[in-house]
Amino acid sequence: MKKVKMNSGIKKLSRYRRHRYAGPALLVIALISLGTTYQVASALPSTSRMESTEQSTLIEEGKRIFAQGCSSCHGLNAEGGGIAPSLIGVGAASVDFQVGTGRMPMADMSQQAMRKQPIYNAEQTAALAAYVASLAPGPDAVNEAQLTFERDGNTAEGGELFRTNCAMCHNFAGQGGALTQGKYAPTLMGVDAKYIYEAMITGPQSMPVFSDKTITPEEKLSIIKWIKAAEKEPNLGGASLGRVGPVTEGLLVWTLGLGLLIGIAVWLTAKAR
Amino acid sequence: MKKAERIGGNVASYVDDRTGAAKWLRKNLTKVFPDHWSFMLGEIVLYSFIILLLSGTFLTFWFDPSQREVVYEGSYEPLENIKMSAAYASTLHISFDVRGGLLMRQIHHWAALIFMAGMIAHLMRVFFTGAFRKPREANWLIGIGLVTLGIVEGFLGYSLPDDLLSGTGIRIAEAIIQALPVVGSYLAFFAFGGAFPGEAFIPRIFTVHVLLLPGIFLALITIHLMLVWYQKHTQYPGPGRTEKNVVGYPLMPIYMAKAGGFFFIVFGVTAFLGAVASINPIWLYGPYNPGQISAGSQPDFYMGWLDGLVRMAPPIETHAFGHTISWNILIPGLIIPGILFTLMALYPFIEAWMTGDKREHHLLERPRNNPNRTAIGAMSLAFILVVLINGGNDIIATHFALTINQIMWFTRIGVIVIPPLTFVITKRICLSLQRADREKVLHGRETGRLVMLPHGEFIEVHEELTPAQKFTLTQHEQPPALEVPREDANGVLNPQGLKGKLRARFSQAHVEQVPAPTESEAKALESGHH
Repeated sequence: MKKVKMNSGIKKLSRYRRHRYAGPALLVIALISLGTTYQVASALPSTSRMESTEQSTLIEEGKRIFAQGCSSCHGLNAEGGGIAPSLIGVGAASVDFQVGTGRMPMADMSQQAMRKQPIYNAEQTAALAAYVASLAPGPDAVNEAQLTFERDGNTAEGGELFRTNCAMCHNFAGQGGALTQGKYAPTLMGVDAKYIYEAMITGPQSMPVFSDKTITPEEKLSIIKWIKAAEKEPNLGGASLGRVGPVTEGLLVWTLGLGLLIGIAVWLTAKAR
Repeated sequence: MKKAERIGGNVASYVDDRTGAAKWLRKNLTKVFPDHWSFMLGEIVLYSFIILLLSGTFLTFWFDPSQREVVYEGSYEPLENIKMSAAYASTLHISFDVRGGLLMRQIHHWAALIFMAGMIAHLMRVFFTGAFRKPREANWLIGIGLVTLGIVEGFLGYSLPDDLLSGTGIRIAEAIIQALPVVGSYLAFFAFGGAFPGEAFIPRIFTVHVLLLPGIFLALITIHLMLVWYQKHTQYPGPGRTEKNVVGYPLMPIYMAKAGGFFFIVFGVTAFLGAVASINPIWLYGPYNPGQISAGSQPDFYMGWLDGLVRMAPPIETHAFGHTISWNILIPGLIIPGILFTLMALYPFIEAWMTGDKREHHLLERPRNNPNRTAIGAMSLAFILVVLINGGNDIIATHFALTINQIMWFTRIGVIVIPPLTFVITKRICLSLQRADREKVLHGRETGRLVMLPHGEFIEVHEELTPAQKFTLTQHEQPPALEVPREDANGVLNPQGLKGKLRARFSQAHVEQVPAPTESEAKALESGHH
């Protein structure tokens, strides 16, 4: 019975297919559906337009901060000047690293910008980064979600990469080292993983850029994992003496070592009173 | 007599009947040694050598002197599955998987540093007190040999673990060998059994480090001590001390106790350092790979001055007849150290020639009483210190916010300017001290007590020195300068030529002294009013 009823419904519809209003009715249905689709589709750009307004206010904010805090050296349009490089094309990663670690703005025009308490907070830094990124494309700032070194890194492999690519300036244990004319490779102890990553992709100060072709993103994560392991590694042999090699060892043996022994020798040969 | 005493006596006479040991022992056990802290510097060296032998033997039980490539599977995670030499892997094994291994390694290395530092301190004592004079020139030469071999032995020792730092050092050693003109490259190929790094040098330096050099050390130290025994120990001047006697305590029991106790103290201090202070943390350096290097790579301190010399050398090379001569390595790496060690070895003979003094000396000199020698010693130390500073220039730069270039230029100029300045200043200080001694003998010690005399005059009370103190401050001899004849019997001017002139000039410099007060001067003062 049911089956018959259903069949009769379809038959009823098909009976109208040659009706003279069938064509116009179909046209109306098509137009309505097209319009609705267009409406829905055009609604999407309208939300993204809202986001881009937010983005442009961020860029505006960044431009305002830039004009106040950076332009005296880097130029009003970040085009650079006699004492500071152009920032066009350096990307958000560079700004995030330099401003986020307090290197920029510089406290004084010394050999190189040093790490210090940041002057701008996270929002202001993001605004500056957005402004500089809007000038020309460059590497994006690294977000926490990318830093999966705990899961994807390999400590031992990171150590090998570190010794091959980083130790020549940053010392075997990441303690930093001297470069020419008072420049230096800073210590890597206590540096956020994010900033280590950004330094590798932007090459701040005297540091070369390690592109993803030279050191793949996974390898970068391994390096970070090794640095974090070195940071946490207890001093297995006793006092570390700064992890800078034999200079401090020699200093200790002449002061404490021989000092103690000579002191005892003086005591042993002192005249009884 | 108790039973134990009777048995002991029987054993003793049994041995004595057959060896005659009693007479020998009586003579030698009562041998007298003078007492002074600076005479124990050599003991520090001897005891740290014994510690080195003991701890080194322990390390050889597990060390594998081979450059065979292995994959690390030990308990230090940051190096897991890394390819390395068996030498490095076995050093990691000693450090982390052998009970007490890391402590022993650290004791061995600290003992090596104390051995070298003690030797240098002992050498300075012998130099500044004039203990190298006749008849002890041979022992001086043996000492110089020991210092030189000590530098080599230490360098080979820290090269054995085949870590990144030690490999860097070996690479520099290879560069210095290669810098030898003409034969350099052949010699380097011979030493390394082919191109650097090859697979031969760890087994080779192992044999030299644990067999050849310790054997030579044992022989030289034995001769050194036998000569001290035979020639008797020198002593500082004082009442009752002459060139013919030795004032001090007998070996048995006093020196046995002191020296034996001091051995345990040296061992204790070394073990203390090994327990609390990290030394050569090879696991942080990583395995050696010629493609890698660490910032601030430094040798141990006794090589540091050499490194400093090489670092300050300007880049000069000549190319001639298809050979490159690297003056920038050759001069600081071989020529200057060669000159320095030759001068140091020959100094006793140079001084004897300058002063014309051929007599035996068993009484030491206070450094101030021989201003020229003291100034020469201070000058040499200043030279070594300046180049040592340049050896650590990168560490000094980062830790004191200086630039490497500033330090290098400071030391480049300083190495020429500072030693002569040190010579002049030291000599003046010595002469001032002599003047102060003279003042003390003649006028007594200033007590700082002011006394008003009945008639109103204020005087400061000077406390007269005891006769013993006066003797000590005035006993030193002040020989006149050498008489070099201006013309000989036939009227020929300067018969000894330039050599004679030079000798007269040196002798003149050597005898520049503040005259020690004479007895008559002291008497004259005593009778008068000052």
